Amino acid sequence: MAAGILVFAEHHQGKPTRAAWEALAAGQRLAADLGLSLTAVALGVELSPLLAELARTKLDEVIALESPTLEVYTPEGFTSAVFQLIEARQPRLIIFSHTYQARDFAPRLAARRGRALISDCLSYRREGERLILIRPVFQGKFCAETEFVGEPPYFVSFQAGSFREDSVEAGAVPARVTHQAVTLAADTIRTRPGEVFREAKQAVDLSQAKAIVAVGRGIKGPENLELARKLAEALGAELGASRPICDNGWLSMDRQIGSSGQTVAPNLYLALGISGAIQHLVGMKGSRTVVAINKDKEAPIFEVATYGIVGDLFEIVPPLIEEIIKAKSA
Amino acid sequence: MKIAVCLKQVPARDGVLRLNADSTWVREDDVSFEINEPDIYALEEALRLKEKEGGEVVVCTLGPERAAQALKEALAKGADRAIHLHDPAFQNLDAYATARALAAAIRQAAPDLVLTGLQADDDGFAQTGVILAEMLGWAHSTIIMEIQAQERALKAKRELEGGWFQWIEIPLPAVLTIQSGINKPRYATLKGILAAKTKPLQRLGWKELGLDEEALKPRQKITKVFVPPKSGKVEWLEGTPREIAQRLADKLKNEARVI
Ligand SMILES: Cc1cc2nc3c(=O)[nH]c(=O)nc-3n(C[C@H](O)[C@H](O)[C@H](O)COP(=O)(O)OP(=O)(O)OC[C@H]3O[C@@H](n4cnc5c(N)ncnc54)[C@H](O)[C@@H]3O)c2cc1C
Ligand SMILES: Nc1ncnc2c1ncn2[C@@H]1O[C@H](COP(=O)(O)O)[C@@H](O)[C@H]1O
Repeated sequence: MAAGILVFAEHHQGKPTRAAWEALAAGQRLAADLGLSLTAVALGVELSPLLAELARTKLDEVIALESPTLEVYTPEGFTSAVFQLIEARQPRLIIFSHTYQARDFAPRLAARRGRALISDCLSYRREGERLILIRPVFQGKFCAETEFVGEPPYFVSFQAGSFREDSVEAGAVPARVTHQAVTLAADTIRTRPGEVFREAKQAVDLSQAKAIVAVGRGIKGPENLELARKLAEALGAELGASRPICDNGWLSMDRQIGSSGQTVAPNLYLALGISGAIQHLVGMKGSRTVVAINKDKEAPIFEVATYGIVGDLFEIVPPLIEEIIKAKSA
Repeated sequence: MKIAVCLKQVPARDGVLRLNADSTWVREDDVSFEINEPDIYALEEALRLKEKEGGEVVVCTLGPERAAQALKEALAKGADRAIHLHDPAFQNLDAYATARALAAAIRQAAPDLVLTGLQADDDGFAQTGVILAEMLGWAHSTIIMEIQAQERALKAKRELEGGWFQWIEIPLPAVLTIQSGINKPRYATLKGILAAKTKPLQRLGWKELGLDEEALKPRQKITKVFVPPKSGKVEWLEGTPREIAQRLADKLKNEARVI
């Protein structure tokens, strides 16, 4: 294989995750734009169904790195295995989705190769020979055009949703499937992972809520939660929150919305003093009507809002409660 | 247990940021800085481990003159000593080069455990701690929400997506990247602030760290920073608070039909 693109296909017990398809979609676009071959790699055991599924898409080769040591994810195991593959195949570009797993080992892998990982990218642009990656900085308030310096291989991770999983193209013929042996010295794996678990049954299930009033750091202090509670009551809504509110213990963890909390899709989502970091947006952007109240017009939350109000929530919420009660009884 | 904590100073959250003249970063002259949020939690976790297990907490930052303030704050909260990596050659380093410099300082300090934040609010690399572990040749784990010390090892609770978790056992020495919310960070006391004045704050440049130019050269570089384009789908509601409230109530009732 000529130097090409290698896509890391994350999977959950043999099923490709959404992140895997999104990475593959990115890989297909980049392979076409840069005129490079495309290979996907999956790690684990008993991967045949997964490999067959990947091989039906438009790519040149699917590689399985199979070893009992790779059955359960460890950063050491995955770093060593993919590193060996990179040494053997010399790809030009290695693509990940910016998942928790990729965050855990892709920087280590790139560093072992002495190269950069340009992480959490939203999109890319090609200008002649230059590959320009666009990524958020300052919590999404700005974007930065970023380029690699020096020789490949280049490592890239794309943020969730940057490429659509349903844009993955099917292949004309099934791609070649290669099983590659990996040798991992017994002492390579130093961390011992336990079972994956959830905390004891959550008391609040926001996924079924019809309306949610969500508070962010703009609420300033726990003493002001009463205001949000009154608004929620007027709307017949549940109370939700951004992560810092739960981190501070102002509301219980099971009211957190976002990538590390609940995913919700109510008819009405009213965000009070929430900036709209991507980790929050992924948990609520399926909501039908989104109202955002924020004093910063540039806050990213307005990108997903149906109705936007630039202003101080403490001035707007009290009359809003009255007007909603009025509108309901009218 | 000897614990090193890597702290980064970043622009304060509620400040207004503006682009610099050549649009390659933000203007730093008119913003105030604070310690990156997860790093505050990392420091607190280190202080708690020390209080339980004994030992020492060393805080370390790489940054310009102003970054010394972050170290002073950490000393006031109870860290024992501080290392400031400060050198004209340390400007605009990428994650790899930053980790190289931090690794050199950490090798000198020889801790059993390094804690970093999971991600810096400014560059958002989410990489430095992990690269550091690779350079030190130590085990690591990321996005940690609880730590239990054991004999020459730790149990750490990793946060996974969507409310899932996992305990892992990790031998020392190790690097852990800490997630916000792992604990309740303390405030500095007046006594702590006074005590901090006499605690050692060491300053190291690239020569003292034994770094060469190769180590610090960029592997990625920012060519342009810009305000993300707006899609413009939002309908803005304007007026006095009362007018806005009336308009919104009307929209919610008659357009969105959610009340
Ligand atoms: C791995 C990882 C997972 C994460 N998971 C989640 C998650 O599941 N959920 C989540 O929410 N976050 C999550 N985060 C954190 C996320 O990145 C943001 O830090 C967080 O969402 C910010 O919360 P916020 O909007 O409340 O606070 P800030 O970003 O501080 O925003 C506060 C907003 O309030 C506005 N404001 C202030 N005062 C007023 C006022 N008087 N009136 C109106 N507006 C005002 C400000 O303009 C600002 O926009 C995660 C981060 C990481 C790295
Ligand atoms: N210049 C720095 N000085 C000290 N620690 C840093 C520095 N840059 C990054 N870190 C640490 O690495 C973490 C992740 O940063 P980043 O990889 O830049 O997102 C931060 O939370 C800090 O703990």
